[in-house]
Amino acid sequence: MSLVNFTAREITCKIVYYGPGRSGKTTNLQYVYSQVPADRKGRMVSLATQTDRTLFFDFLPLDLGTISGFATKFQLYTVPGQVYYNATRKLVLQGADGVVFVADSQLRQLDENIESLQNLQANILEQGVDARTLPMVLQFNKQDLPEELILSPQELDEALNFRNLQTFPADALHGVGVFETLKGIAAEVLRRLSQGGGGARRI
Amino acid sequence: MDLNPRFRFEGFVIGASNRLAATAARTVAESPGSTYNPLFLYAKSGLGKTHLLQAVGFLALERQSSLRVEYLTLEEFVERYHASVAAGQVEAFRRSAQETDLLLLDDVQFLAEHREMQAELLRLTEALQAAGRQIVLTCDRPPGEIADLDERLVSRLSGGLLVDIAAPDFETRLAILHRKTAERGVEMPPGVLETVAEVGASNVRELIGFVNRLIAFQAVGGGSLTPEAARALLTDELPAAPAAPPPGPAPRLPTRPVPVEPDEFSAFVSVVSTTVAQTVEAWRSRIGEAVLRWQGEGYRTRRLEQLLFSEEIPDIAGELAQYAARVEELRRLAGEAAAFDPAAAGHACFRDPDLVEEARAFTARVKDGVEPPPPPSRGLSFAEFIEGAANDAGVRAARAVIAEPGKRFNPLFITGPSGTGKTHLLHAVGNELATARPDAVIACLSAQAFTDELVQAIDAGRLEWWRRRFRRADALLLDDAQLLAGRDATQEELFNLFNAFTDAEKQLAFTADRLPAQLSGVAPRLTTRFEGGLVVELAPPDRIMRATMVRRLLAARHVTADDAAVEYLAARPADSARAVQGLVNRALARMDPASETLTVQAARVAVEGRSQRPSQTQAISVVVPAGLDPVMGSREKVAWDWPGVADRMIEELR
Repeated sequence: MSLVNFTAREITCKIVYYGPGRSGKTTNLQYVYSQVPADRKGRMVSLATQTDRTLFFDFLPLDLGTISGFATKFQLYTVPGQVYYNATRKLVLQGADGVVFVADSQLRQLDENIESLQNLQANILEQGVDARTLPMVLQFNKQDLPEELILSPQELDEALNFRNLQTFPADALHGVGVFETLKGIAAEVLRRLSQGGGGARRI
Repeated sequence: MDLNPRFRFEGFVIGASNRLAATAARTVAESPGSTYNPLFLYAKSGLGKTHLLQAVGFLALERQSSLRVEYLTLEEFVERYHASVAAGQVEAFRRSAQETDLLLLDDVQFLAEHREMQAELLRLTEALQAAGRQIVLTCDRPPGEIADLDERLVSRLSGGLLVDIAAPDFETRLAILHRKTAERGVEMPPGVLETVAEVGASNVRELIGFVNRLIAFQAVGGGSLTPEAARALLTDELPAAPAAPPPGPAPRLPTRPVPVEPDEFSAFVSVVSTTVAQTVEAWRSRIGEAVLRWQGEGYRTRRLEQLLFSEEIPDIAGELAQYAARVEELRRLAGEAAAFDPAAAGHACFRDPDLVEEARAFTARVKDGVEPPPPPSRGLSFAEFIEGAANDAGVRAARAVIAEPGKRFNPLFITGPSGTGKTHLLHAVGNELATARPDAVIACLSAQAFTDELVQAIDAGRLEWWRRRFRRADALLLDDAQLLAGRDATQEELFNLFNAFTDAEKQLAFTADRLPAQLSGVAPRLTTRFEGGLVVELAPPDRIMRATMVRRLLAARHVTADDAAVEYLAARPADSARAVQGLVNRALARMDPASETLTVQAARVAVEGRSQRPSQTQAISVVVPAGLDPVMGSREKVAWDWPGVADRMIEELR
């Protein structure tokens, strides 16, 4: 995907929220959607099951207007977290400019987090992209839960952040940390522009 | 009204919205009267009509300082007309207006209020066009939409080129802001000007107002301005941005209402803006700016745009310098081509730095294609010209012309009977002018050749080429102007050339066998112009001049002659140089081939033996055998005229 089109004066960023099932990826998008001013609201596409599990993916287009002369658009996607939807995850991941890994802070979900992270690495690699060059941030969601049920940001950092990525503690349900995460990944993605290439480098 | 020196092409920011108008204006300024006439520019207020109009005046004057350029608003034009009516000087007003080489008329939409002026303007436009003079008009609407405008005037004004100027787009607005802040020596923090350009302004004046406000804000606050503060400062004052969401379709430009308290989404957008400003607008912005700049100047920027898609960071400084060097080369080539053919400079290859090689080849073709007009004949030099009492005035006038071409006697009109040296003097002047300025192009040819070339050019559809060929000459010397009689098209072309030459102070010279006033079949507008310079008459050579001629002619044939022979030949009645030459030739033909000296006897035999007298009866040339020479030395002993046969028979019968 061409991130910056200088001829058309357009910036388009595709950001994928990745993570294990029920970690709060769709919640992140819903909160972002709720904060978009009425006159700029696009349509959020969500294909969910009856139990609100993401069946295929969520898609939230964000039109940020003209920034520095560029019509700037962010496209936020989520993947279905369940293990058996890997084909869909690969599809959504294609052409991503940045990834937000939404980890579930609950102690009992640690393995799922690790498994999902490994799945992410594998899927990225499969697309011929060097995972080290793909902009990514970590969000430790559900930090509002009782302390005894969750791991602290430091503990999660040690367990998951072997690439020394930016991390954001969050409570997506109430919006805490949602925009901080989005700002974080946006900055990472846009910063890559100054390095001369858009998106991740292929290997 | 004087032109405002701020309004030049250099200060005009060109974007997609006004490129056509600017190009047309420049073309008109470079060759007034020859391309789009009239040029009619229309646009809403504050989009640069007056700027372009005055820029045309400046550029035209830069190119040709002798042009008479007049810039007037319609109101001033009306006032002048009214004043002339009041003073009973309408004719003087018309004459003066019609002699303007380049008339720039601003704000003609007010014609609707001045019905009486419409007829006057129509008359003036027709007169200016007929005389090949340029008129450029500006208006806030196309001619067809000016209320109550005379149909004839509508079609007349629409007959040249109608161009509108649209509101500037983002890139142009940004370029204007950059230029305006740079002009004031103010530097704005990154992102501020972009924000101002985004806020948008319907015209350039409003945009300049924004800059003023920002500068004032910065001066008062002392702090540095952020893009958000700039937006708040400007949109707060925008009437179209009320605090509440506006009813109906949202206005396009104030994209986000200024929040009372910052919400998360706005904060996010703000962060993205800053990041984009810091990252996207880093090295790519340098190229982006260069792209805008060069596009603004009308150059294609494909080469630079490709850099934006490169994976690695290119050598920006090197690439930009290389691009600038190519543009410089294109400019040089365009200038070179324009010297031969002003229209050629507008060729697309001069606008694309990828096509430098093509531009080079094209320039070479232009240079080859436009051969200079015929030069003066090298053989007819001033040194060879025999001066004397008969042509003293002509020679002095010619010297004055050579010393100050185009300044003193323009045109120089040389008249006199055939064979008195008019052609020689004309070519001699041409040769001297060419020697004084080796790079000057001197056109020296006969009126017949001039007509023939014109006919060929019309035949081949190359009339413009023919005109350019002569227009680029620095002096036009036309022999035998009497041959122009009855050649209307030639006279028309010569008339236009004449005006162009005198305006540019280029020398003109003509010869004819009669005075200008006696040139029947030549339009009075030409003959009066011929008389407007200096008319000199060359008389037939006197005896002293004829002697000099004889000596020169003999010397040229390596023949010596005794003084008596020279005197004898010079004393023969000869009213032209050609007659003298004929005498000398006859004498030489009679000369003993073994001898190198011409004697008076030989001259006399040759001249008198061959002379012919007019006769009412049958003339029979007498061949005098060489042996009879001593006997028949005297004219009285020779019967030149034989009586008719019938007469002779009657005589014999008696």
